Amino acid sequence: MHEMAICENIRTLIEEQARTQHFSRVDRVCLEIGALSGVEVEALRFGFDVVMRGSVAADARLEIVETAGTAWCLPCAVTVSIGRRYDPCPRCGSHQVQVTGGEEMKIRELEVT
Amino acid sequence: MSQARLIQLEADILGKNNGYAAANRARFAKAGILALNLVSSPGSGKTTLLCRTLALLAGEFPCAVIEGDQQTSADADRIRATGAPAIQINTGKGCHLDGHMVGHAVDHLNPPDASVLFIENVGNLVCPAAFDLGEAHKVAILSVTEGEDKPLKYPDMFAAADLVLINKTDLLPHLDFDVDLAMANARKVNHRVRLLQVSARTGEGMAAWLDWIRGARLMALSGRPSQAAE
Ligand SMILES: Nc1nc2c(ncn2[C@@H]2O[C@H](COP(=O)(O)OP(=O)(O)O)[C@@H](O)[C@H]2O)c(=O)[nH]1
Ligand SMILES: [Mg+2]
Ligand SMILES: [Zn+2]
Ligand SMILES: [Zn+2]
Ligand SMILES: [Zn+2]
Repeated sequence: MHEMAICENIRTLIEEQARTQHFSRVDRVCLEIGALSGVEVEALRFGFDVVMRGSVAADARLEIVETAGTAWCLPCAVTVSIGRRYDPCPRCGSHQVQVTGGEEMKIRELEVT
Repeated sequence: MSQARLIQLEADILGKNNGYAAANRARFAKAGILALNLVSSPGSGKTTLLCRTLALLAGEFPCAVIEGDQQTSADADRIRATGAPAIQINTGKGCHLDGHMVGHAVDHLNPPDASVLFIENVGNLVCPAAFDLGEAHKVAILSVTEGEDKPLKYPDMFAAADLVLINKTDLLPHLDFDVDLAMANARKVNHRVRLLQVSARTGEGMAAWLDWIRGARLMALSGRPSQAAE
């Protein structure tokens, strides 16, 4: 499952931080996940608990900030918001839209001790 | 000593992979190598298409293949039978290739300057969309036995692809697959995508695919970012 691979990347990043920033426990992990990133937030939550087992983040609380999808509509020449990749422009119905935001997958912050 | 504190990371979760991919891309650019990342569901015909492509391009310019799809363990052998060098990446349980694996495979394969490097990704339309390998283009293969709605079910992959090959067109007379609908769905998620119909079995439509490769290769050779998809 795709979300497992994402969680493994998160674990690697956290363990790297634990070494360089000298902490032994993560209490909270805050992620930013874009609506168009292709990640299922529920699957990510499930994968997170499984993948973090035995790591410094084994007991961490997962917080996910979901950001909206935005796109530039060529015919309208304005930024519009879209919920899914194949959504047309909500103003004119065109599919000539270029995604400009909502693809991000980031670790925003870690609360550690 | 152990006080709670906040670390503001703002780190891209795929940042590491993106770093490896960028290094691969720089290496390809320097050597004038065109790298193509072939993605599809299992069984869409990536290996068959590659074998036919390599046979048709033999003698024109050097080609090399990185095999990531382990649906059949013999894929790299099938490729080598065409005379092209190939290396199989052992992804184990992995459901996608990543930039790090491809970097090592390129070290081993050592494709010559000005060659075309085909990378057959793991048969999976989900995560290979997120893991950049440093390729110039993703080429998605959709076979006519799969259903016209694939682009809408896997929009990330079809949005990431610069070219979609609709394969197994020789089977069309036996199916109710609507090619126009499949193409319209692909354009819904990617209005700039190029679409070509091929049969890796009969060779129908291969000439246009080979021309697309030649065009993309010239772009890679000239060191400019490739515009072949436009
Ligand atoms: N009829 C037909 N069968 C094809 C075509 N291309 C591939 N196949 C068959 O589809 C199956 C899977 O092909 P393969 O190349 O292994 O797919 P891969 O998993 O994407 O590498 C094999 O039985 C091929 O012979 C085609 O153009 N037409
Ligand atoms: Mg294969
Ligand atoms: Zn519009
Ligand atoms: Zn994967
Ligand atoms: Zn390494």
